[in-house]
Amino acid sequence: MADLSMKAINVLNYGQVSGKILKLDEPLSFWGGFNPRDGCIIDQSHPQVGESINKTILALPGTKGSAGTPGAVTEAIRLGVGPAAILLPKPDVNLLTGVLVAAQLYKIVIPVLILLSNDFDKLETGRLIHIKNELIYSV
Amino acid sequence: MNAERLQLTDQEQALLEGEAGQAIRFAMQLVVNAAQIMGAQRLLPTRYLHIDACHYYGRAHLDFARFLLEHNVKFKIPAWTNTVPVSLVDDEVRDQADPQVLSESRELANLYLQLGAKPAWTCAPYQLPDHPGFGEDIIVGESNAVAYFNSVVGARTNKYGDFLDVACGLVQRVPEAGLHTNAGRRGTYHLDISDIPETLKQTEFFCHVMGNFMGKAVGSAVPVITGLPFTTQKDSLKAIAAAAAASGGVGLFHAVGITPEAPSLEEALQHKPADVYHKVKVQELIKARDSLSSGTSGRLSMVALGTPHFSYTEFQRLLTALDGRKVDAGLIFYVTTSRFVAQLAQAKGWLEQLKQAGITVLVDTCTYFSPVVRGCKGTVMTNSAKWAYYAPGMLSVDVVFGSLQDCVESAIAGEVKRDSKLWSAKFWGENG
Repeated sequence: MADLSMKAINVLNYGQVSGKILKLDEPLSFWGGFNPRDGCIIDQSHPQVGESINKTILALPGTKGSAGTPGAVTEAIRLGVGPAAILLPKPDVNLLTGVLVAAQLYKIVIPVLILLSNDFDKLETGRLIHIKNELIYSV
Repeated sequence: MNAERLQLTDQEQALLEGEAGQAIRFAMQLVVNAAQIMGAQRLLPTRYLHIDACHYYGRAHLDFARFLLEHNVKFKIPAWTNTVPVSLVDDEVRDQADPQVLSESRELANLYLQLGAKPAWTCAPYQLPDHPGFGEDIIVGESNAVAYFNSVVGARTNKYGDFLDVACGLVQRVPEAGLHTNAGRRGTYHLDISDIPETLKQTEFFCHVMGNFMGKAVGSAVPVITGLPFTTQKDSLKAIAAAAAASGGVGLFHAVGITPEAPSLEEALQHKPADVYHKVKVQELIKARDSLSSGTSGRLSMVALGTPHFSYTEFQRLLTALDGRKVDAGLIFYVTTSRFVAQLAQAKGWLEQLKQAGITVLVDTCTYFSPVVRGCKGTVMTNSAKWAYYAPGMLSVDVVFGSLQDCVESAIAGEVKRDSKLWSAKFWGENG
């Protein structure tokens, strides 16, 4: 595997984290499709059903479905079963709202990085990566 | 995120700088963050909020509402409440729920009343009197209500997720972006259903299937349907809206000759070519139809109607379908609706008739929320594509999808009965 090295085009919450990528092939409804108490995907029609997002570098195309997504995201972060960081090919209001509310209420700050879609496409589940502010690289 | 493009008025800027306190400042931060992401150049005033964040999904919801109350904020515009996980008038319907979840759900509901919300507790606020009208900019989060208000009423809202809905309501502003703009409302994905048999298309059952299919097919594009019968009723449009919003991200659809921004295909497309033309094949709809059932036969534990909340006319049709008969004593039969519609049904004597038939009308909540009502296990039948889409993951039950009449006949028999004509290859226009 070639080394990964890329730079985000936008960053919400600068920080440093390492973790394994969990890449979702399709958008997820975090309300109804996800259990915020254990961090697992429960949408039976989602390709990654059964996977846990807990402490992963979560790479996903976006969210869909219910408006409950921010609440579920904030709750998972509060309970410590949320992702370590979030990578997106385009900004997602619901995810960012959930992350901002978690930062306001609980002072838990999750980095969210927006990537060029070419870069986003190079991400693979299981890959161990490091995030340092706007930089992403394999370790 | 195009931060330099957003222009705030002096008043908006003052709120962002904390002039009205820390809670309003945070609300404005959420709104501005959303506006920047969405590429809005300014914020628009708004006078209507349907709150989704009153629906308990964990302590984060409580902490957010408490944070607002501690800073003495109140809604200054009409702010109606969505459904909640528990019925606020029936303690026993979710008797198997974690007592903490039950008590915290009620506490959250009360906190929103203290914040000045109006107690509607319904996912179908468009069935209430004095709902907003054509062209009004509003704040809605509940996905079916977003799709219905945009598509059928012609009011304008993006799908405001939890917390952002409340934040927009408190500052009485929405980002001028997406479905609040003319450009964002342009139909882009032309779904031509002219090959589908007319008799099929005239059923509400079809509209549930069509909605489920449409959500999967178009994602979050704005679909324009041609070929939907002009006689299609509001309850059927509700079914399309709810199903498409659940299976995809549809916040607005146009149906030519039916919905207010689609007097013609050209107007729905705003006189540009469609990005996608898709002639719908009956096999695609059959696939969507069959995806809504995990079983097709056997004993039933429950029948669930009213997702989204049952309308006055749906109650009428349910009573007609029942025709004075009683449902099997071995199953539970719930119809979920709003307090407002329940009162109308009460005044007509319909609630008493339904009770006599063995049917329970439940307000404030929905039967697909977890934990399952009355500890129900086994097979559940529903006429709602939205219920059928969500329940298998949320409740661990088998689901059988059918028409309203199928649901009634099955409830009376105690086991799955489907109208063979409605399910025949001929009715669906399959060759051979």
